[in-house]
Order: sequence, then C-alpha cells, then structure tokens
Amino acid sequence: MALGAARGRRLPRPGGAALSRGLIALYLSLLVLLPVAAVVAKGAERGPRALWEAIAQHEALTALALTVAVSVVVVAVNVVFGTLIAWVLVRDSFPGRRLVDGVIDLPFALPTIVAGLTLLALYGPQGPVGINVAFTRGAVLLALLFVTLPFVVRSVQPVLRELDRSMEEAAASLGAGPWTVFRRIIAPNLTPAIVSGAALSFARALGEFGSVVLITGNLPNRTEVASVYVFGQIQSDNVVGAAAVSTSLLAIALVVLLVLGLLDGRRRRA
Amino acid sequence: MRRLGLRTVALGYLLVLLLAPVGVIFWRTFEHGVGPVWSAITAPDAMHAFWLSLTLVAVAVPLNTLFGIAAAIAIVRHRFPGRWLLSGLIDVPFAISPVVIGLALVLVYGHGGWLGDWLAGHGIRIIFSTPGMVLATAFVSLPFVARETVPVLRELGTDPEQAAATLGASPAQTFWRITLPAIRWAVIYGVVLTTARALGEFGAVSVVSGKVAGQTETLPLFVQDQFENYNTAGAYAAALVLATLAILTLVAMNLLARLRRGRSATDATPTRATSTRAVTA
Amino acid sequence: MAIEVHDVHKRFGDFAALSDICLRVEPGSLGAVLGPSGSGKSTLLRVIAGLEQPDSGRVLIGGRDVTREPPQRRGVGFVFQHYAAFKHMTVRDNVAFALRIRRRAKPEVLARVDELLALVRLEGLADRYPGQLSGGQRQRMALARALAAEPQVLLLDEPFGALDARVRAELREWLRRLHDEVHVTTLFVTHDQQEAMEISEQVVVMNEGGVEQVGTPRELYEHPRTEFVMSFVGEVNRVGERFVRPHEVQLLPQSDAGSREGFIDRVLHLGFEVRVGLTLDDGDQVWSQTTRERADELELEVGQIVPVRLGGGRVFA
Repeated sequence: MALGAARGRRLPRPGGAALSRGLIALYLSLLVLLPVAAVVAKGAERGPRALWEAIAQHEALTALALTVAVSVVVVAVNVVFGTLIAWVLVRDSFPGRRLVDGVIDLPFALPTIVAGLTLLALYGPQGPVGINVAFTRGAVLLALLFVTLPFVVRSVQPVLRELDRSMEEAAASLGAGPWTVFRRIIAPNLTPAIVSGAALSFARALGEFGSVVLITGNLPNRTEVASVYVFGQIQSDNVVGAAAVSTSLLAIALVVLLVLGLLDGRRRRA
Repeated sequence: MRRLGLRTVALGYLLVLLLAPVGVIFWRTFEHGVGPVWSAITAPDAMHAFWLSLTLVAVAVPLNTLFGIAAAIAIVRHRFPGRWLLSGLIDVPFAISPVVIGLALVLVYGHGGWLGDWLAGHGIRIIFSTPGMVLATAFVSLPFVARETVPVLRELGTDPEQAAATLGASPAQTFWRITLPAIRWAVIYGVVLTTARALGEFGAVSVVSGKVAGQTETLPLFVQDQFENYNTAGAYAAALVLATLAILTLVAMNLLARLRRGRSATDATPTRATSTRAVTA
Repeated sequence: MAIEVHDVHKRFGDFAALSDICLRVEPGSLGAVLGPSGSGKSTLLRVIAGLEQPDSGRVLIGGRDVTREPPQRRGVGFVFQHYAAFKHMTVRDNVAFALRIRRRAKPEVLARVDELLALVRLEGLADRYPGQLSGGQRQRMALARALAAEPQVLLLDEPFGALDARVRAELREWLRRLHDEVHVTTLFVTHDQQEAMEISEQVVVMNEGGVEQVGTPRELYEHPRTEFVMSFVGEVNRVGERFVRPHEVQLLPQSDAGSREGFIDRVLHLGFEVRVGLTLDDGDQVWSQTTRERADELELEVGQIVPVRLGGGRVFA
C-alpha cells in the first residue's frame, strides 16, 4: 500500500498495514475529529442549560427555524423536480440531451460565492428580467435550490437507467395505465434513491453559506440562516454562542446521516 | 404529448435556476468590453488571491489524494475494529456547514484553542495564516477521492491482487502494477472533484483567513470583498475566472465519466456506474 | 514435487472450514478435489497456495515446509474460477507478469511468452485485452500466466466453473493433454463429479470440511467407503437401508426367486441409454438404467408391472 509497505520488500511487513492505519487515524483526528469535538465541547462547556439558552436566543432560534423550514421546502422541490429531470434525462430523447446531462453538475463545480453572485446578477435589483428577490426569504430558497439541484437527479438517474423496462411492460400488459405504472412500479423502485438524494440535499441546505451571503443581505430575524448567524457570532467574538448553534446544526446533520445509513444498510441487506 | 410537457417543465426549471444566471454572469462581466475585465483580473490583489488559491490546491489536493487512496484500501481490504467508524468519519465533511468547519479549526488551532497556544509558543501560526487555510481546504475536500475509489476497489475484488501474489509480486509491486492501475480513473475523477471544491471553498476559509487583501485572500474571498466594496466589475471578473475553471472541471468530469464507462463496456464483467457524485458542502 | 498436507484445521468464526485434513499428492500427478459447495475444497486449495493461513497443521511442497511462507515464495501457479485477469494489461503482459516481476531479460521474457501462448493456443491474440476474449480464452490465458514462472505445482480452483457446457468439455480434454506435456504436479477443485473422474488419476472427495475418501475414479464408484461418497460419486437409489446403483436395478423377463415387482412410472429414452422409473411393491421409488436393446427386448411401457432384481447394493453403518 502507498503509505504502508515500503517498496521493494519481498515479505509483507505485518507493520505496514498498521502504520498506514495509524497515519489515516492521525490525519483524520487532527483534521476532522479533534476540531469537531472542540465545537461540541465549546458549546457544552457551561452545561446543557447554557447551551440551550444560547440556542434559545431570539436571533439564533429564528435563524435555525428559518434554516430548517427552508431546507424542508428545498427537499420537497428537489424531490419533485429532481425526479422529473432524471426521468427526462433517462427516458426522453431530444437534441442537446447529453449537454443538459453534463450541465447538471454545474452547481457542484461552481464556487458557492460565484453561485450567489450569479443569482444576484439575474434576480437582484439590477437584474435584466425585472424580478428582484434580493434580501428576501425567497432569495434564501433560490440559493439553496441552486446548490442542491444535482443531488436527487444524480441519485435517481442511475437507478432509473438500470430499472428493468419489462417490469413496466408486464404491468401495462396486466392492464395498468401510465399513472398506475408510475405509482405502483416506478416510484417504489426509485424511493430509496430519492430518499438518499433528499437527505443529502437537506444536509447541504442546512449548512450552506457561500451562496446565500450576497443575495440574502443577512438581515437578522428575516433572511439570516444558521450558518450566517454562526459566522456573525464568530466575528463578534461570541464563540460560545457560535459553538452552541453549530452544535445543534451538527446534531441535526448527524440524525440525517444516521437515518440515511440505516436505510442504506437495510437496502443493502434486502 | 405528456412527454413533451414533462420535458418543457424540466428544461424550464433548469433554464430559470441554472443556465440563465450563469449566462448572465458572462454577459455582465463583458458589459463594458474586455479591457476593464483584463485590468481587474491582473490587479495585484487579484493576482495574489489567484496564486494563494492555487497554493492551497497544491497542498490540500495531494494530501487528500494520498489519504483517500489509503483510506479506501483500509475500508475495503482490511478488517480491523473501527473500520465502520472510519468509513463514517470520511463523509463527515459533507454533512457539516463550512462555517462550522472554520469555527472547529479555530477552536483547536486558534488563539486559546486546544493546540493553538502550544503551537504559538513554538512560533507556529495557523489561524489567520496560510496553514489554517490549507487545513480548512483539506477538511472540506477530504471525502472525494476515498468516495470515488471505494466502490471501484470493491468491484475489483481481491482475485487480481491474489493472483499477482501467487505469481511472485510483493505487496508493493501488487499495489503499483495491479491495484493502482485498476483504480486510476476513479482516483483521477476524485482528484478533479477535490480540486474543484478546494478552489471554490468559501465559508471555511473565510472564517480562518482573516481576509487581509493581498495576504490571506483567496479568489472566492476576493469576489466577496470586491462586491461588498462596490467594485462589481472586479467581483464579476474574478467570478468569471472561477466560473471558467468550474466549466473546465465539468468538461473533465464528463470526459472521465465517459472514459470509465467506455472501458468497462469492453469488459465482460462491467463495472457498475456507482458514483453518485455527492459533492456536499 | 509432491504436495503434502498434515493435520490442517481452519475456522472462519464459528464455521469449521477444514478439520483435520491429511493429504498427499504424488509428484507429477493430476489430482482432483471433489465436493459440494461449502465442503472446504476451495479453502484447502487456498491454504496450499498460501492465500489462507491454516489455524494449525503444516503444508509441504516438494518436502519443504511452506506453512509460514507467503504465496510469493511457494512456487505455486494458481488459476482462479473467475480468471482474475489483469484487465488493464494485454494478454501478452498478463502472461509476462511473473517473469517481469522476476526481472528476467527482455528477449527471454518475449520468447517464453510466445512459447506459452502457443501452448494454450492464443498466439494470434497476444495484443488483445482480456475484455476482448471469450471465457474459455481468458481461462487459457490465466493458465499460461500461472505456468510462466515454471511453478512446482499448479492449483486450479473450479477452473471451468464459469464456462458453458461445451467449452468445459473441450477444456477438460485439453487440460488432460496439457498435463501430459508439462508434467507439473496439478491439483484442481471441482464440484462436478464427471469432470473430476474424466481428468484425474486420483480424486479426493471432501464433505463438511473433512476428507471422505481418496482413490481412483473406479475405486470411488465401486467401493465407496461412506454413504456420502456413494451418493455423490455416481447416481444411487435408496431402498430401505440399502444403496443401489441404477445399473444394478435389473429388469427381468420373468420373476424368479430373488425378484420383486415394480410398477413402471416413466420410461426415458436417452439415446443409447434408457432410464426407467419404478415404484417397488413396498413403495420405494427407484431408477433403473439399461440399454436400448434390452429395453426393446422387454417391451417396456408405462403402467406395466415388471419383475425387478436389486443386485449388489451396500449398507453403511
């Protein structure tokens, strides 16, 4: 292995794998584990009451509530449009389909700050189409929809491509109409992929920062999302408050990941 | 005509949300011709930001590539206690807000942090300096290589590696001649994703950088700085550079995906198109 | 070189994959390990190759104790059921792999590879990739690859298991002839009793992690030592406590002292051979195997009642 067994040795050194494992653990600890633990420790250092009080601050709570609420809407929109786009890309054919397929990943490749600037250029005060959503909650929704667009599409697409068409033909031959075929045959087969894409969009929406900072104006109690609130608290040296809200974001993300892991485990066993 | 309706709705959504805004940025940038754009991106602060971004990529991407390959092999090939923990931890950066990642690094490596004061005592400054920005960049782009490599490694199975062993290859020879060539497209794909993410990272770097123009400002931070100081031309010009790099990334991703599919199509045992390209923040 | 296995045990968690295995494969011989799936036959082969470590016991190759040696140092050639082809290398590079690892001179490598490709009849395909070969071709390439470094022993794990029936039959015959040319001690694993009996001089029958019997195909068929060998090697009828081969169930023109009555349920014409399904007077159902001539003589038809004699037969304690 790259880090473990030194090159050119004839015998597998029993220490090789252990050394590589040790380096992996060290890297992960210094980079991920220790810092994340520090956030939770900071948030909880004055006890659960202080943690709760920091979260229950009006501005913090409003930011958290807005973040979760918009993320839920984002998931709902993504489930519908993501599945629809995946369906059109797999089952439909039209000139330029490959190009559209390639463009789906653009939000993943585009830096978030550029995404925000981009949306502001079109849907901001100087936008050429006369629609101005800047500094409204609609702007939060728009930014989050932009950055989460690929998740559901990309998780549904391969499943839809692999889906056995003869199942649908069998259902049709048994007298099922198109809507019944979709509801009884296609949808149940896509559900795990949709759920996994939805969970990833939710986690992403929950923590998104770069794309919202320019277009939402970060108005406290109106358009300020949780990550922007955390950023503000860091800037004004309220590290405990920042850590408290961060901890609650971590907790929500953890729950989402756990649920996803459980669903995935069940699917793999099935 | 139901099909046509669905197509229209899907493409319309993409147009409104994705294509129109990105198109506008190009139009906006060149609104006043090429001259101002050129002078904006060749301004000293912009150039410095560009080089700083490249520096972060140059350090974080190789680190994460080595880590990703090693971790993927450990997850797929080795049996040890805590293996499930490793595979879970690798995805953690995708589930955490970049701002929280920045805060986390400050709390460990910053002033008054768990390791920060000790490091400062030895003259090592991490936060508000390049090492901290490297850490933030490495953190957010950690999972890509491992995530892309794990399914390919699993698909490959142990037979070729064991065959190489019975033919006399040492573990190192087996790795270089059998394993690495078999996973190379997945690794390259992961590297492309890592690079894109590292180049564009905003939130985490923003927290740990201190944002001193011409010193600790990366290209994405420069975009925000210019915009907030009402220098929209500079902001658009820098954004254009980043957007161009993103589009190049996209082209590379699509070419690589096609290459991988093409290769597996000639094999009798096709590799599944496994990667859901989960690029989260 | 002989292969010797002494008192080998191997567990996977709670599952005893191999228990108390002792075995000797004579130098230059072509042996088969036969057993149903899960009998431990592949594990045994992998222990010999060094791909698995036994919990206890020893493995000797050519008299040398290799139990603690890694696979690289055992001098074995191993052929995998699913070919384990190096997909990113051409056929030539696959076959040359072992020689390049050993840093042999280039002209020597090329000459040896050409020789091997001729041996496995893949001369024209040297520059193809494994993905462009058929299953049978890939397995021949894997065989050439395993033979390249002139191993002391050749081990094949279900080598024809993934191929279709016609290619299997061809490759069996071919392996037999290859062994006559190369004369390397060869041991192959299979679950197909016909394959084992067609190719090898000596067959090791395994069941549930243990060796049931070792013998020539004829010994196994005619003198099975256990109920398992009796029923796994060749077909068998069970009548009460007795085991009777189908050819030992004889249909008679008229009843005599030792005969019983059987009701004919089915008559299957399989070319030269005819199979007759019977229900005996005490309710046991048996197959009888006979020739077409004999069946014509007796004018067998479904619904008839015929006299039956059960010859031979064996009772296992």
